[in-house]
Amino acid sequence: MPSNKSVSDAPITQFINCRILRDHKLQRDDLWVREGKILNPEKLFFDEQGYADERVDCEGSIIAPGFIDVQINGGHGVDFSQASDDAGSGVSFVAQKILEHGVTSFCPTLVTSPADVYHKVLPQVKVHDGGRHGAGVLGLHLEGPFISVEKKGAHPEQFLRTFRSGAGSLDDLMEAYGSLDNVAMVTLAPELSGSQSAVRELCRRGVAVSLGHSVANLSQAEDAVRSGASFITHLFNAMLPFHHRDPGIVGLLTSDQVPAGRTVYYGMIADGIHTNPAALRLVLVTDAIAAMGLPPGRHTLGQQVIEIQGLHAYVAGTKTLSGSIATMDECVRHFKQASGCSVEEALEAASLHPAQLLGVSHKKGNLDYGSDADLTLLDDGLNVRATYISGEEVWRKGS
Amino acid sequence: MRLVILDDYDLASEWAAKYIRNRIVQFQPSADRCFTLGLPTGSTPYGCYQKLIEYHRSGDISFKYVKTFNMDEYVGLPRAHPESYHSYMWNNFFKHIDIDPANAHILDGNADDLEVECQAFEQKIAEAGGIELFVGGIGPDGHIAFNEPGSSLVSRTRVKTLAKDTIVANARFFGNNLSKVPTMALTVGVGTVMEAKEVMILITGAHKAFALYKAIEEGVNHMWTVSAFQQHPRTIFVCDEDATLELRVKTVKYFKGLMHVHNKLVDPVLSVKDQ
Repeated sequence: MPSNKSVSDAPITQFINCRILRDHKLQRDDLWVREGKILNPEKLFFDEQGYADERVDCEGSIIAPGFIDVQINGGHGVDFSQASDDAGSGVSFVAQKILEHGVTSFCPTLVTSPADVYHKVLPQVKVHDGGRHGAGVLGLHLEGPFISVEKKGAHPEQFLRTFRSGAGSLDDLMEAYGSLDNVAMVTLAPELSGSQSAVRELCRRGVAVSLGHSVANLSQAEDAVRSGASFITHLFNAMLPFHHRDPGIVGLLTSDQVPAGRTVYYGMIADGIHTNPAALRLVLVTDAIAAMGLPPGRHTLGQQVIEIQGLHAYVAGTKTLSGSIATMDECVRHFKQASGCSVEEALEAASLHPAQLLGVSHKKGNLDYGSDADLTLLDDGLNVRATYISGEEVWRKGS
Repeated sequence: MRLVILDDYDLASEWAAKYIRNRIVQFQPSADRCFTLGLPTGSTPYGCYQKLIEYHRSGDISFKYVKTFNMDEYVGLPRAHPESYHSYMWNNFFKHIDIDPANAHILDGNADDLEVECQAFEQKIAEAGGIELFVGGIGPDGHIAFNEPGSSLVSRTRVKTLAKDTIVANARFFGNNLSKVPTMALTVGVGTVMEAKEVMILITGAHKAFALYKAIEEGVNHMWTVSAFQQHPRTIFVCDEDATLELRVKTVKYFKGLMHVHNKLVDPVLSVKDQ
């Protein structure tokens, strides 16, 4: 049939024989892509009298929006928290590897480190689009050093910092990190004095603020949310438990002090969770470390040495957990199985919710018309069959 | 007239779809000679569209050289609105088949000049060589397309104000909110459909029974515009049992007795695979 497209001559791909995640439900429908974005086929038909140039038979696969990992410390031998001269290559290497897990966008995460690590690494890692070369970088996630010594977990105590109260916390942030360009998220402890103004400074710059590694009480956590904090780093881990007289940070899930129109998301490294309506704001993260993808043994995580035992990662010589070696698709499968949630809920926890948290849901994390065509093709067991970025196949199982 | 009576909605839908399929396959449409098909919307033809999609998926029929002309469209309803007839046709038919988008014609209820739009539509039908088979339904008030009671039986494509009955019947698609239902529509005229080589009217359900009675057992009357087809040389009415509830027993028995003749039109059912 002669082409009569009036808007663009770019080729149109139609994914057929698939179930797509749309409007929070898996639906039997085709997915259309043009110039890296999801296309509205009805508009194409009536406005442009256009049709597909290429059809991709998905053989019954599920098409989910590409997964977004907002907390990943490295993988396959790469540790993002090392003062490397070529941090960019390390990020790129991991970016390529995680395509296998269905991840199309991520936030390389740095754990608490001395100033020279941040000053060296941060300028080398820039926000950029994904593609055949690997998943896109949405920005860095800086977990620490402004965290609590009591809940440091695997973070090295000697490099924790506090805000010099009254000195203006922007100076503290700049002194610690060097630069806030290309930073998507910062995890800090809101009980530290001076942290409220740090939260406001960061939010003003479009950096998401997450609460974690903290002994804050609920009131301090609520203050932080009012100042703009919107995320909780690995809920339940490295924070006070929910106590009936003071629910602490965990209490944010049921707090009535969250300002109208604002949402507090919470990260989970998926294991042993029970679903409830609060799961609407659940964001699955891997918190993967350099050892992910490698055989058991010893690896680094910033300034610490980590030992892998089975599926656990501990600070060497201790039983303190430090990150995981899970992959994103493993987390999605485990979450679904452990919580009994629906397929749609599990997929959205790894795609839609992280996109909403980072404020990029107008183009990522969903299959709405106009969104970037970052796709994860999965079988019924939620194993990744293929990954697409901007409509281009970037990984296929068996390739 | 042929009055084809099947036991239920599904069987009626299937019979109609088989008939359309046979007509298209037999015609052997090609790039130089398209099969022109007039199409309706609504709950009645839904089952028929489902069967046609099934036949397409199994490879027995192609719509590549079929030109379609829909009967009507609301005025002023955004095209992307889920209740527009454009949306209906896309979701329930076009998106599942291999029709060339340039061959799918639906009146534009948002055109700047509605009269020009109507005339252009008539022109497109003429340029396509006229309609080979016009498929339609019937309203509870006996209307064909939006040719409400009182419409001229020789009318052409034009703007019509909808009757209260029609608005009430359509309210269920607009959250039962009468104020949300469009009040005007563009519609092919009775005369436009009469010019088709063949007309097939689908009528199912007890609520259509009285209209069917008025259409075929009483006189030609502009208050029941479907009655105009009594004067068309080739009309088929496809119904289910419930739609015949207001007819005389004699009428029903006569036509049921002819089913072995009618069924020759759909048995054997033809396929492009055999060509």
